[in-house]
Amino acid sequence: MSDNQDTLPEISTNGLPAEEPIANPGLPAHTWRPTDIDPAAEKRAERQVAALFGISMISTVLFVVAFFAFKVGDEPTVVGGFGASTVALGLTFGIALLAIGVGVIQWARKLMGDHEIVEMRHPASSSPEDREVTLTQLAQGLDESGIGRRPLVRNTLLGAVGLLGVPMIVALRDLGPLPGDKLYHTIWTKGMRVVRDVVGTPIHVSDLQIGDLLNGEPEALFPSEENGYPELSGVDSQIAKSKGAVILHRMEPSEITPSKGRENWSVQGIVAFSKICTHVGCPISLNEQQSHHLLCPCHQSTFDLADNGRVLFGPAARSLPQLPIEVDDEGYLVAQSDFTEPVGPSFWERD
Amino acid sequence: MLIGLLLTGGLYAAFAPASGAGEQQDDASQVAEGRKLFLVGCAFCHGQNGEGVLTADGKQQLGPTLAGVGAAAVDFQVGTGRMPAVQPGAQFPAKRVQYTQEEIDALAAYVASLAPGPAIPAESDYSTDGMTDQEKEEAIVRGGQIFLTNCSACHNFEGSGGAMPNGKMAASLRNASERHIYEAMLSGPGEMDVFSNGNLTPDEKRDVILYLQSIKEAPKYGGFSMGGIGPVSEGMFAWLGGMGVLVGFAVWIAAHTTRTSKEKVDA
Repeated sequence: MSDNQDTLPEISTNGLPAEEPIANPGLPAHTWRPTDIDPAAEKRAERQVAALFGISMISTVLFVVAFFAFKVGDEPTVVGGFGASTVALGLTFGIALLAIGVGVIQWARKLMGDHEIVEMRHPASSSPEDREVTLTQLAQGLDESGIGRRPLVRNTLLGAVGLLGVPMIVALRDLGPLPGDKLYHTIWTKGMRVVRDVVGTPIHVSDLQIGDLLNGEPEALFPSEENGYPELSGVDSQIAKSKGAVILHRMEPSEITPSKGRENWSVQGIVAFSKICTHVGCPISLNEQQSHHLLCPCHQSTFDLADNGRVLFGPAARSLPQLPIEVDDEGYLVAQSDFTEPVGPSFWERD
Repeated sequence: MLIGLLLTGGLYAAFAPASGAGEQQDDASQVAEGRKLFLVGCAFCHGQNGEGVLTADGKQQLGPTLAGVGAAAVDFQVGTGRMPAVQPGAQFPAKRVQYTQEEIDALAAYVASLAPGPAIPAESDYSTDGMTDQEKEEAIVRGGQIFLTNCSACHNFEGSGGAMPNGKMAASLRNASERHIYEAMLSGPGEMDVFSNGNLTPDEKRDVILYLQSIKEAPKYGGFSMGGIGPVSEGMFAWLGGMGVLVGFAVWIAAHTTRTSKEKVDA
């Protein structure tokens, strides 16, 4: 043990070996760049850098020329299908920027000072004197402000700053009134006809064949004198449309397995479901005809239209709401009632 | 299975040239001609009377029944090369058409004689003859809305197709012919839903087809179309790839400066 101690290098007071076991080789001798020793090379490099900056200037001018010479959309098929304007603007501006970049790097590597510097690490903390002074000043400030001696001032200040949070909370009120029970209802009512989306024509029960998929909307979104529904406009119309959208799908009646209470919700194999995914509300109409699986394009939630809209796959937590339908006197498809549950994504207050 | 396919193919090759030479035939002989072709090329999977065939375990359809699919389905499936299929599978892609149009017509006539189904649409069903330019414009706008509502979920908003579950896909409509688009709507091939004339009227079908034709002429500015989603994806690849290249380039610049072995002589 003691023998070993003897062979260890002597430890000096600052914790470092007094004499390093391996001699510090120092930095290797500096090798110079050609531009440092040859004035001709230096001159050449200078001209190179200047030429690069010159190229940049020319390219910038060409950019301006191209901007006026080619109109966007003129001959969009030339130059590999990219369009003359796109290619010319992109190339000229790209070259202008690139030439500046290359020039600056050439300048730095060939002409700017070429010193090798070693910077020794210094301790991260401030010096003891600096810390002393700072703490003294802080204590002095606290003392002079009298924040410890005047609790009235201190407490009212705390109160004032704390109260500043209230306007921020109150301003949340501007996000709008609470939705109330609006999320629980849609525009569908008993006896309202299902009509085709876009064109607004009613659907006769004989219109649909087995395998047909139809994107429907409530008739109230296509008001006319004949049907007597009130005009909707703006946000109201958009909300009614987004909540009321349905898809109709006709399949073999024997394929449908209605749950209890839904036995009469379909008409001769025609079922109607909300078109709004119960996950985050994307409109869904990717239907697979043979399996009646309806897929949401956003996150691949899959619902079984033959089995009450049950979730088969994906992040959706609730079955797709089904719209009970029947046939009116003239043979057109109508709703038996509104949806019996809220459509679209789940929300806080919902059971 | 393989032997059956080889046999079918071989028999077809032996009989096809003889049957292709038919000229103007009346309906009955066309149906008879179609039945002959059917027995050779289709019956293995669809049954000798088009009744469909179950797989050995009886759980799956090898080929579905063709009663009631109509001439439109035959003209679509055979006319785009989807049928006859090379092998059973999730998706029957379009490929080189195997029959002449006369043979397809005969097959269609035979299948249509099994049970009533949608007929092959006439050219007048989707032609724009007699429409003014303004009517055409309106039809394209209406067709676009109908397309976006009913079709874009699977076929993408510019008709470039898309993936479906379990290895299936919605075909691209960019190069589909007007008649085949019409027939696909009528017959609902594969997993596609039917859009019968009661669902979308013939005029609305024509409008959808007009819209699809019109977007083929839409100019594309720069880059690859990638289903019409614009330069977003290219931008992403440029960022991911470009950043790596830039980092590598910066390292390369920092590592290289010309040095000389000569000593500096101070003047």
